[in-house]
Amino acid sequence: MTETTAPMMQEQLGKAENRVWKKFRSHRSALLGGILVSFFVLIAVLAPILPIPDPATTSWSAVRKAPSMAHWMGTDEIGRDVMARLIWGAQASLLAGVVSVGIAMCLGVPLGILAGYFGGWTDAIISRCTEALLAAPFLILAIALAAFLGPSLTNAMIAIGISATPIFIRLTRGQVLNVRSEDYVDSARAIGLPTPKILRRYILPNVLPPILVQATLTIATAIIAEASLSFLGLGQQAPAPSWGSMLNTAKNFLNQAPWMAMWPGISIFLVVLGFNLLGDGLRDALDPREH
Amino acid sequence: MLLFLTRRILIALPTIILISIFVFALQKLLPGDPLLVLAGEERDPAVLELLREKYRLNDPIVVQYFTWVSNALQGDLGISLRTNQPVTELMLQKLPVTLQLAAMSMIFALVIGVPAGILSAYKKGSLTDYIANVVALSGLSIPNFWLGIMLILLVSVKWQLLPASGYVPLSEDFLQSIRTMLMPSFVLGTALAATMMRHTRSAMLGVLSADYVRTARAKGLTERRVVLKHAFRNALTPIVTLTALLFGELVAGAVLTEQIFTIPGFGKMVVDAVFNRDYAVVQGIVLVTAVGFIFMNLVADALYFILNPRLRGQ
Amino acid sequence: MTLLKPTLMAALLSATALGLAATGASAKDLRIGLQSDADVLDPDQSRTFVGRIVYASLCDKLVDITPDLEIIPQLATAWQLSDDGKTITMQLREGVMFHDGTPFNAEAVAANIERSKTLDESRRKSELASVTSTEVTGDYEIKLHLAGPDATLMAQLADRAGMMLSPTAAAEAGADFGLNPVCSGPFRFEERVAQDKIVLKRFADYWNADAISFDSVTFLPIPDTTVRLANLQSGDIDMLERLAATDLAQAKADASITVADAVSLGYQGITFNIGNGDKSDNPWGNDKRLRQALSYAIDRAALNQVVFEGAFAAGNQPFPPTSPWYDTDHPVPARDVAKAKELLAEAGYADGIELEVQVPNTTVPLQLMQVVQAMVAEAGINLKIVSKEFATLLADQSAGDFTASQIGWSGRVDPDGNIHGFVTTGGGLNDANFSNADVDAALNAARVAPDLEARKASYDAARDVLIDESPLVYLYHQTWIWALSDKIEGFTPYPDGMIRLEGVTWSE
Repeated sequence: MTETTAPMMQEQLGKAENRVWKKFRSHRSALLGGILVSFFVLIAVLAPILPIPDPATTSWSAVRKAPSMAHWMGTDEIGRDVMARLIWGAQASLLAGVVSVGIAMCLGVPLGILAGYFGGWTDAIISRCTEALLAAPFLILAIALAAFLGPSLTNAMIAIGISATPIFIRLTRGQVLNVRSEDYVDSARAIGLPTPKILRRYILPNVLPPILVQATLTIATAIIAEASLSFLGLGQQAPAPSWGSMLNTAKNFLNQAPWMAMWPGISIFLVVLGFNLLGDGLRDALDPREH
Repeated sequence: MLLFLTRRILIALPTIILISIFVFALQKLLPGDPLLVLAGEERDPAVLELLREKYRLNDPIVVQYFTWVSNALQGDLGISLRTNQPVTELMLQKLPVTLQLAAMSMIFALVIGVPAGILSAYKKGSLTDYIANVVALSGLSIPNFWLGIMLILLVSVKWQLLPASGYVPLSEDFLQSIRTMLMPSFVLGTALAATMMRHTRSAMLGVLSADYVRTARAKGLTERRVVLKHAFRNALTPIVTLTALLFGELVAGAVLTEQIFTIPGFGKMVVDAVFNRDYAVVQGIVLVTAVGFIFMNLVADALYFILNPRLRGQ
Repeated sequence: MTLLKPTLMAALLSATALGLAATGASAKDLRIGLQSDADVLDPDQSRTFVGRIVYASLCDKLVDITPDLEIIPQLATAWQLSDDGKTITMQLREGVMFHDGTPFNAEAVAANIERSKTLDESRRKSELASVTSTEVTGDYEIKLHLAGPDATLMAQLADRAGMMLSPTAAAEAGADFGLNPVCSGPFRFEERVAQDKIVLKRFADYWNADAISFDSVTFLPIPDTTVRLANLQSGDIDMLERLAATDLAQAKADASITVADAVSLGYQGITFNIGNGDKSDNPWGNDKRLRQALSYAIDRAALNQVVFEGAFAAGNQPFPPTSPWYDTDHPVPARDVAKAKELLAEAGYADGIELEVQVPNTTVPLQLMQVVQAMVAEAGINLKIVSKEFATLLADQSAGDFTASQIGWSGRVDPDGNIHGFVTTGGGLNDANFSNADVDAALNAARVAPDLEARKASYDAARDVLIDESPLVYLYHQTWIWALSDKIEGFTPYPDGMIRLEGVTWSE
């Protein structure tokens, strides 16, 4: 039975993919989002080979210099090249977004599946904990966790990841509840497939699309959260750059060196906008209903 | 209705208990001795030990928890280690500040978000829709704190139009109070406006294709009347519900905004308290905001119930 | 014209009614921007620097200081030290009243000293440790009996330990005194909203009321320096303390702002873990040559220039070079990378060595250490910055969980307060756990020295050892910078960083 259904589903999936891609491509704003994200990913990855100054090299004679031919985006409070730091900072900021969402998914999706599939006490316990975490404001939770773990980029990612987990638990649980009573799950249960196999083969693939959409949107939130924590001194630590920590320093020199605050802010804005547009496009594309 | 609410409250209870445990566990988690931080340059070990006894920091954590809960139930959330003021009193001082910020931000969000949502739903697929969407998303994508410092730089420092920081109570000087809060609430409001616009848009889209709207059109009513009277009224339910829900988000958003604009509200108090390890204050604020959040959720549910005629019949 | 007349009359009438014409005071509320919020407003319990700024307007002390750090009368009009140095007799000002109407007299002084020494929460115990008892010898005369000569005591009485609280209010409120402080200063406590403002109102019965020309003072904590300055420029506040050195140019360019400054009594530096726990057993804790090398590798003048635009003072001792206590035999060393490398080689680290320094995760310390990091790298020292929240940093430091720590001291009027506790064996602030018999002897001798020359000689003797051992590598001394509206006249900068409002006036 499974042997016969699987290829059929594959085929359907293939068709669906095609349709999804077409819809996605026709979505102009999603495309813009994709371009923005790719651009920043590209400069982050290429940072080591781009022809830019070393982001850590200080120069006492070039402290807080306005943008010029030598330093396109100016220099910072100890004479480092702002553009170089911006490009290297992209690594930290993107990494923070992706890793913390990865953490949130790794924790949230399995818990959500457990809660949704098994129901009863498992569900009650997981759901109450989720609600409790959701009730505490996201950023306050992240700040407290980051303070607990100590200020560093890794710890900020963990703190953000944990703070974002309840969103994924709740979403996954809801999706599983929908899928659980579908015919193909029932029949899989009827033929006596072991539960882990049902979860892996039938539940997970079917709940994944909305989770991926949420993940894309949460990366946007996580990048802002990392910037916020760094802004409070709890994220990336000196001398390594991240956009948030650059802003944290820059706010002390707003008047004398506004360029120090401008570029990292614009970068955060653009990359977050990119992820938001992308997530929106994905959502529309994956939504089986026509708008 | 009553049954529904009772059920919801019963479910909320264990959540609140869990929150209180989380909040309290923070105290054990945070590194650094609160009294040492407090002492700063003046560290007299004998005095520190005395204070530790006084604030019962030497008790087992479980005992501390139950003492805290039983006091909290009587409205006593402890004393700020830093200023010796009762936490409850501190929060009552700050409540009007954060509420004013939240209310003004909500006005910004509604005034920008709702019309934009209606317009873009009505002109679905047009350039207007497209632009409105990108603008809304931009509002969502700008880091609050960055927008804040940039506004301070331009509006306060360069043009000297609005105060850069602080808070003036409404009762003291109404106009100055509004002026002081204008920038922070705009900063907070922009992010919310985006959410508001998107929800309004999808609610309107659902309604615009409904039968009664078609009927209204068929009756030859003006488009304006159709959209604003018939469609919008029906789209209102999810919007009102969302407004209640967003109040929770506002408090979270206020954390950094208050920090940037030096507004003495909940957000600033909690961040400062985390850094100063002023446990009683952190615990008190997180507990109260969390309970407030759950309460707003209940309100949202109740509103949804009341505003939705189909549910009311059941 | 006819319209104007009654208005003018009314204005004049109300002015007379308020009694303003008589004192020449304007009905002005002076608004002062502070860098942070004060802690509890009880001089016996209080710990913060900004708290002391508020007290300068709220609470009078037995004695005060001049800008040159000489002790002058305030509530005590004269004092005599007995020949054995064990008794101080003080004559007190008559006709002084506390804000609640309680009269100030010798009994009040006795009660205050008793409270500072015995209140459970009191932080003043060690400052008044040498006072064994008080003896009221007249309505306005009191004797302080000391365990032994104490050269530091008068300076303590010029600060929080010498602040006089209303004994009635203190007895009533106990440890909660700080919620509604009652002193005898030029202004009385009106209201406080945490993190927002502290409001003080003019005290009409102040003994020196003529010198005060403001109706009220409002202190506003505004942590961000840019925002603080913006508030001054827009007129939302009238003066601010601790202007960032990097904002100095901007403030000076504004015609409506004047700037005043004074080199502080404190310092910033790097403290090494010499003997505090297992972590002290490392090359940096064990070998003074490494610590000396670090000191040689730093260009203090350039550091001051880059981070503070030259507005602060480079330093290599707890006392700034401008202080009479500064040991001129050991001037601020010029940078000498070759010498640093030589010392490293001697210690067996010719190929370089790593140093982990913990730094508070705030802008200025981080910027400072990044500059130091770049400087010492050229000598072969690979400085690793570990930034910690201040709370964690302090806890780790006192627990000995550090190799080196970037930390400073806000400074005290008496030199003893800036050095004794940090480097004497078992000193309360000696997180390095540095211990040297010669230093102990010299610094203890300075405490009981009969005259200034003898004290100075003792400090110089200690410095000879400390420069060699370098448990603390001093980097710079902050300069207090105040920015004021140009309508403020008569403000005097003090090296203790306080704001004294006697004689300060407002001209529209």
